[in-house]
Amino acid sequence: MAKSIDVSDLDIYYGDFLAVQGVNMTIRARAVTAFIGPSGCGKSTFLRSLNRMHEVIPGARVEGKVLVDGQSLYEPGVDPVAVRRQIGMVFQRPNPFPTMSIYDNVLAGNRLNSKKLKKSAADDIVEKSLKGANLWNEVKDRLGKPGMGLSGGQQQRLCIARAIAVEPQVLLMDEPCSALDPISTAAIEDLIHDLKSQYTIVIVTHNMQQAARVSDDTGFFNLKGAGQPGHLVEFNPTEKVFANPDNDSTEAYISGRFG
Amino acid sequence: MSSTDTAKPRPPKGEPPVKRRSPERPGDKIFKGLSFGAAMIILVALAGVAIFLTVEGIPGLGASGGAVAGEANFLVYAGRLVYGTLLAAVIALIVATPLSIGMALVISHYAPRRLATPLGYMIDLLAAVPSVVYGLWGILFFGRFMGDIYVWLEANLGFIPLFSGPAATGGRTILTAGLVLALMVIPIITAICREIFAQTPTLHQEAALALGATRWEMIRYAVFPYAKSGMVSATMLGLGRALGETMAVAMVLSASGTGVMTLNLITTQNPNTIAANIARSFPEATGLSVNVLIASGLVLFLITFAVNFAARAIVARSGKRLNA
Repeated sequence: MAKSIDVSDLDIYYGDFLAVQGVNMTIRARAVTAFIGPSGCGKSTFLRSLNRMHEVIPGARVEGKVLVDGQSLYEPGVDPVAVRRQIGMVFQRPNPFPTMSIYDNVLAGNRLNSKKLKKSAADDIVEKSLKGANLWNEVKDRLGKPGMGLSGGQQQRLCIARAIAVEPQVLLMDEPCSALDPISTAAIEDLIHDLKSQYTIVIVTHNMQQAARVSDDTGFFNLKGAGQPGHLVEFNPTEKVFANPDNDSTEAYISGRFG
Repeated sequence: MSSTDTAKPRPPKGEPPVKRRSPERPGDKIFKGLSFGAAMIILVALAGVAIFLTVEGIPGLGASGGAVAGEANFLVYAGRLVYGTLLAAVIALIVATPLSIGMALVISHYAPRRLATPLGYMIDLLAAVPSVVYGLWGILFFGRFMGDIYVWLEANLGFIPLFSGPAATGGRTILTAGLVLALMVIPIITAICREIFAQTPTLHQEAALALGATRWEMIRYAVFPYAKSGMVSATMLGLGRALGETMAVAMVLSASGTGVMTLNLITTQNPNTIAANIARSFPEATGLSVNVLIASGLVLFLITFAVNFAARAIVARSGKRLNA
């Protein structure tokens, strides 16, 4: 189910503005890949180009190749909607649907495309996904309550449950803990560890300790200068990046001597 | 918490607590007075209208015979007019609401920015057309055009009571009036809906899109739930306009007296609306007839008041649910 992603010579534009330039990397299946780097360096933009979510912004486009298990995401015939069903995403701020119950939130993706679900099958998916997101025990007695009634950390795990309910091949996480307290963050990080056995996970984070804790590979993005496009400086196994990076600027960033 | 409680010095008992007032500045005072006055004027004007309608209308409530256009009493008279008013408004809303929501969605979510902005202006322009012009257009162009359609409807769909005819070839029917009203209501509903649709949080829209929702599914998951209360109040504002619109209906609709209570939408025998009836009957009205007309105005006033309150109640209720 989990798939690897090959990116070659990827340029990402907003209109005429080149935001990210020349990214090459291979994201391994059943592993956690983290992206770190200063704000505005294009980590999130790059992440969103992996499931064609950046296209939601008018004028955004890419040049280059993204292959998921050999399948190109940007071939003319590929439907972005189909891509997003295979590659799930969790956002910076928890975003459960405000009018839906916990139960309906988990099933939101499964109910798309007017798919009809039997009650028993739906119950199974909800239980399995909430267990997968380590949320089941906390919410099993109030599945009919609105998802917005949960705490921030619980809402974020609800969003993860919603994303894995459709059994995607890849899970993209855009700073999933930046709006959460340390305890909720720890819960999400444990969850990422558990999910690794089944999914390919790509996570953007501002927290370098988090990258070190959860990821197998780390990519460091940086800007060449003000107004210049972001680019991938270094992509290596996490231990190497944090212990003995290839690039001086990576070491400067990680050790806090940036610039 | 207790430490902060004890830390705060409490005024000794028996002494009034010291009121801390910010120093009054003349600019603040003047502006407060002006804005307060403006708010009061609204209340006074509304009360004035209500009092006038009630005082002048009460004698009309007991009228009979010629003053109430030959009806048994005022209740029957007003009831027939209310029927026509509501029928025209309902026709207008049935047509205008889905059209407006569709147009608002095109402007806020479907059309490219280059097309959406001018389209928005065009729809706003519809609201700027005076109702007399709509009335003229309704009689001279739209009514005649619809007349041919009514003939066809009678011939082919005459078995449906709505279209049983005989068809009005001039097209000055309650259906035409309702459609003209729809056109006048569309800009109001569209303008409000598109503002609300455009305010839908990106976060929720992206939540839906990232799950693999199509544009329409995203609208159903994220936009409509967010905009629901706004759509209701937009429709109610439109209803308010449709109920009270006078000139266009008075010109387009061919009806005399209190009109005919019928569901047959395409004949020359039509229901009449309160506002159109007042506009047309007032020039010849004297004595008690004037009171009767004013009383019917009071009825319209109460209906629109009720509509507005209902809209507020619905908005408040769904707003509460969204925040729960």
